Amino acid sequence: MGIGRIAIVGTGHAGVQAAASLRQDGFEGELFLIGEETDLPYHKPPLSKTFLKDDVPELQLLRPEDFYTRNRVELLSGRCVSAIDPAGKRLAFADGAALAYDRLILATGARPRLPAVPGTDLDGVLALRNRADGLALRAALPAAGDIVVVGGGFIGMELASTFAALGRSVTVLEAAPRILGRAVSPLISDHLAERAAASGIRILTGTGLAAIEGEARRVRRVTTGDRQSLPAQLVVIGIGVEPNVELAAAAGLACANGISVDGAFRTSAPDIYAVGDVASYEHWLAGRVLRLESVQNATDQARSVAAHLLGRPAPFRAVPWFWSDQGDARLQMVGLAFDPDQDVVRGDPQSGAFSVFRYRGDRLLSIETVNRPSDYMLGRKLLATGIAPPIAMVRDAGADLRSLLEGEPKTSARAVVSS
Amino acid sequence: MTTIVFIQPDGTRREVDAKAGESGMQAAVRAGVDGIVGECGGACMCATCHVQVSEADDARIGPREAIEEEMLESVLDDVSPESRLSCQIRLRPDLEGLVLKVVEVV
Repeated sequence: MGIGRIAIVGTGHAGVQAAASLRQDGFEGELFLIGEETDLPYHKPPLSKTFLKDDVPELQLLRPEDFYTRNRVELLSGRCVSAIDPAGKRLAFADGAALAYDRLILATGARPRLPAVPGTDLDGVLALRNRADGLALRAALPAAGDIVVVGGGFIGMELASTFAALGRSVTVLEAAPRILGRAVSPLISDHLAERAAASGIRILTGTGLAAIEGEARRVRRVTTGDRQSLPAQLVVIGIGVEPNVELAAAAGLACANGISVDGAFRTSAPDIYAVGDVASYEHWLAGRVLRLESVQNATDQARSVAAHLLGRPAPFRAVPWFWSDQGDARLQMVGLAFDPDQDVVRGDPQSGAFSVFRYRGDRLLSIETVNRPSDYMLGRKLLATGIAPPIAMVRDAGADLRSLLEGEPKTSARAVVSS
Repeated sequence: MTTIVFIQPDGTRREVDAKAGESGMQAAVRAGVDGIVGECGGACMCATCHVQVSEADDARIGPREAIEEEMLESVLDDVSPESRLSCQIRLRPDLEGLVLKVVEVV
């Protein structure tokens, strides 16, 4: 039995890739792609960088304008789904319309979390998730000489670098002892903190946010947890995201830090699937339930759910990879480092280009690289094949790690993404 | 406007009108050229826009930046001296007629 109609809620990287993969894999039925934003779907990563820096803020579209009509993807932009009826297999829209589906893919993403302090509603307090946020940041920048970034995670450090490059005085508040603490090894964290400091960014670690204060509804200052008062004409919040589970939860779908899905991205409700930032699943590489927030995770899951829906299930074995551009530091990471017990450095951190190979026992968990893309690319292959280089070899700058892959079948970067 | 040509592994040719300042990858994605994915949006992070060019075109494009060089070194396709990452090829009017060969996925 063919599927008559598939509806996808969410027009981010996951939703759009799911639509594209369904068509590429031969789905012939009706395909609806529904999103609240009115823009054509676009790449999110540039929002914290070029979108803020370029003279004209141009969106980089995920697919060309005519992609949707050419592929018979009914793109419903600017539309808000207000409820799911899993028993009746129908979506209700905020404007009163309804849409029946045979299969539903939820790719509703996540939204910035706001700190529970006074003043987050002041003008000039912003977070970054979409184009509208990016435009608001651009509009605020001319009058913002002093900027406080709350949160030293990826988005916070990327934005801080962008603001510093634009000549602003930037302070990053990080409640934890170090920036990017949950995401990278201490070595990489320290290195990126040093680079940021060298570019003029002030980083206050172990320092939370107590209050944001303003005058005439506009932000003026930030008070830190340790009672420092920092002037700020712009405050950007980057303390993490919360998954957009409300639709799913209201429909009775099991949710726990995201919408819970199985290895085939099935939710607890029949014929409803979830992928991307919002999906919580047991990761094959980490061996635990988690939610990943990345382009790679979104698109790889989308390809996989398309295959499952079209009766070509394959176990999800994508190796997570991630990047972050912070000033002239290109951080590239591959794998997932849960409970590492040894970090092995390759290259010289002082040179500005080095890698950290993270191990648990003799198992390679992840590779983090700064300005050393070849280690990162190699790591994608090593982790996909389960080959762990001996630690002594990693330490030996003269050892050619690529020799470990000799005899392995060649797989191009595109082979994993072309279906 | 610069017209460039993509050639698929099976020999199929496709002419694409590229906008000034656009990258080869962007032009390909906009036109829906098979085999050019551009997963990372052109940040030179994913190597899914690998193409091959002739020696003459390689010279016209200009030298690879270190970052492109390093990514190519480890690209897991069949990399040859003619390999480029098309997201790093900035299209200019003098690149009219540039031929980019899409590399077969292995």
